[in-house]
Amino acid sequence: MEAWGAAVAAALSVWFALVLGLILLPSVVGLSLGISELYMTVLVKTLEWATRRIEKGVKKQQARMLKDSASNGIIQRVDTTMEKEIASLHRADFELSDIFYFCREGFEAIVEDEVTQRFSSEELVSWNLLTRTNINFQYISLRLTIVWVIGVLVRYCLLLPLRLTLATIGIHSMIVGTTLVGCLPNGSIKDWLSELVHLTSSRILVRALSGTIHYHNKENKPQKGGICVANHTSPIDVIILTNDGCYAMVGQTHGGLMGVIQRATVKACPHVWFERSEVKDRHLVMKRLKEHVADKNKLPILIFPEGTCINNTSVMMFKKGSFEIGGTIYPVAIKYDPQFGDAFWNSSKYNAVSYLLRLMTSWAIVCNVWYLPPMVREEGEDAVQFANRVKSAIALQGGLTELPWDGGLKRAKVKETFKEEQQKNYSKMIVGNGSSGNLSSGTEPD
Amino acid sequence: MGSRASTLLRDEEIEEIKKETGFSHSQITRLYSRFTSLDKGENGTLSREDFQRIPELAINPLGDRIINAFFPEGEDQVNFRGFMRTLAHFRPIEDNEKSKDQNGPEPLNSRSNKLHFAFRLYDLDKDDKISRDELLQVLRMMVGVNISDEQLGSIADRTIQEADQDGDSAISFAEFVKVLEKVDVEQKMSIRFLH
Repeated sequence: MEAWGAAVAAALSVWFALVLGLILLPSVVGLSLGISELYMTVLVKTLEWATRRIEKGVKKQQARMLKDSASNGIIQRVDTTMEKEIASLHRADFELSDIFYFCREGFEAIVEDEVTQRFSSEELVSWNLLTRTNINFQYISLRLTIVWVIGVLVRYCLLLPLRLTLATIGIHSMIVGTTLVGCLPNGSIKDWLSELVHLTSSRILVRALSGTIHYHNKENKPQKGGICVANHTSPIDVIILTNDGCYAMVGQTHGGLMGVIQRATVKACPHVWFERSEVKDRHLVMKRLKEHVADKNKLPILIFPEGTCINNTSVMMFKKGSFEIGGTIYPVAIKYDPQFGDAFWNSSKYNAVSYLLRLMTSWAIVCNVWYLPPMVREEGEDAVQFANRVKSAIALQGGLTELPWDGGLKRAKVKETFKEEQQKNYSKMIVGNGSSGNLSSGTEPD
Repeated sequence: MGSRASTLLRDEEIEEIKKETGFSHSQITRLYSRFTSLDKGENGTLSREDFQRIPELAINPLGDRIINAFFPEGEDQVNFRGFMRTLAHFRPIEDNEKSKDQNGPEPLNSRSNKLHFAFRLYDLDKDDKISRDELLQVLRMMVGVNISDEQLGSIADRTIQEADQDGDSAISFAEFVKVLEKVDVEQKMSIRFLH
């Protein structure tokens, strides 16, 4: 019994020594030993092989079907406006056939809509040997199944314990580190230590997800006193960005594990956490942000103006608040490679811990981060127009679809005013002065 | 942490739906995955709420009437079968269906069924007539607060007057069909489903 205990203790100490020597120490100084690069090379080769096997194994027609369903969707929507569609029917003011337009629009939305599908995981073109793809892939060949089984063993028996160890160390060092630094008096030493703790813990956490991040155009990296805005897929966006430089963060308060981390980090670094629903908080946040930006020695602020996680296929409406503060905006586009693992946090379905477990049993987190040239609000441009301009730049760079809809629709119902807008446009048409009617599908932010 | 598509359609079900609605095998499986993603209660049926959660439908002036069309009288749940049956009205008419023999039941996406579907959006009390009141209700949904009662009333009166042939101050289905005889219903009431 004692011998057994000793063996376990020995195994654990070897395990921790390895973790410490091969991962933690390099993290502190920001070095890489090339192990993760090797892992990625093997992984890419394996997935390429699997794709070829699947294409060979599945009957041609089925393969086409899989491809169609992943890339093209269910229907081809008619690209038309109310004016065109209804004017073509008209002799007089109202026609019984006017409802055809609304009917078809409605049915198209039922079959396929731009918004709700962005709040669930994106569909993959090819199977990545994880079970949780949207389309059910069935048995294809023995060899593929064997590789899949090996993959499961590697992911759950080797990678998961390693990553759990790292994540635990990373999260603890973040919480303990920032709490300790938080006890120091304000000053340059505190700032320097706080930065060190943030950087080191994010490096450890990125390794806990086998993160491979490619940063592009580093010359555009957000500078002190600026505001960094990025598209939002997951809370790990923060770690991904902090891995390459520190930010003061702004975001809503969370419960659970996220809440603990938030409360610890705010002691060391002037992050701003607020309650989503509190209007009072919102005014306070604006005031804090304005003060922060005015001080050119403070870390750049990181804001996700979508206000919610989107599944990394599109960019939704940017809330105008961040663009009213003034100062220089540093746009950042983040695009994850879904082939290696789904980074999207479907927060209505998974809590933080089960989301992290999903990530840690995936192959890896691979993503591209583009630093875009800084942007400032032009003369005569209002905050909404500026927000849209920044959003377009991010969407273009990241290869994401640009959507005018508010990401808040994930939780809230669409505002009645958007329907009223449609009614107004239709009314203009049937009382005869509809030539100037500009059909917007209820998408303009108020 | 298993796969999302855990409940699959049985092949017999697909066959039956195929026969009833004319959708292809791959269309049915894709629409089924759409159905399950709308089904937030995860009980195999959709409620009115599930539909209302689609923003583009929620802003549609006739959204409520369209949603209603999925629910049989007095019911507030629709299963996949029923969902597909209603959607089938919007399947385009394919070339090989135009010259179909007259023996079988009329396909759901025929011109006449498409027109019937539109007619029922007006005919709320299902008495096979569109009364002035029913027409006014639909008009009001489409224009909101932007047009006065008098103006809307005169639009309704003119519409009924033009369509009404038997002098009952209402529009029967036959009269409805007559008014729309020149309209390309086949195209206007169809969605381009991909194969």
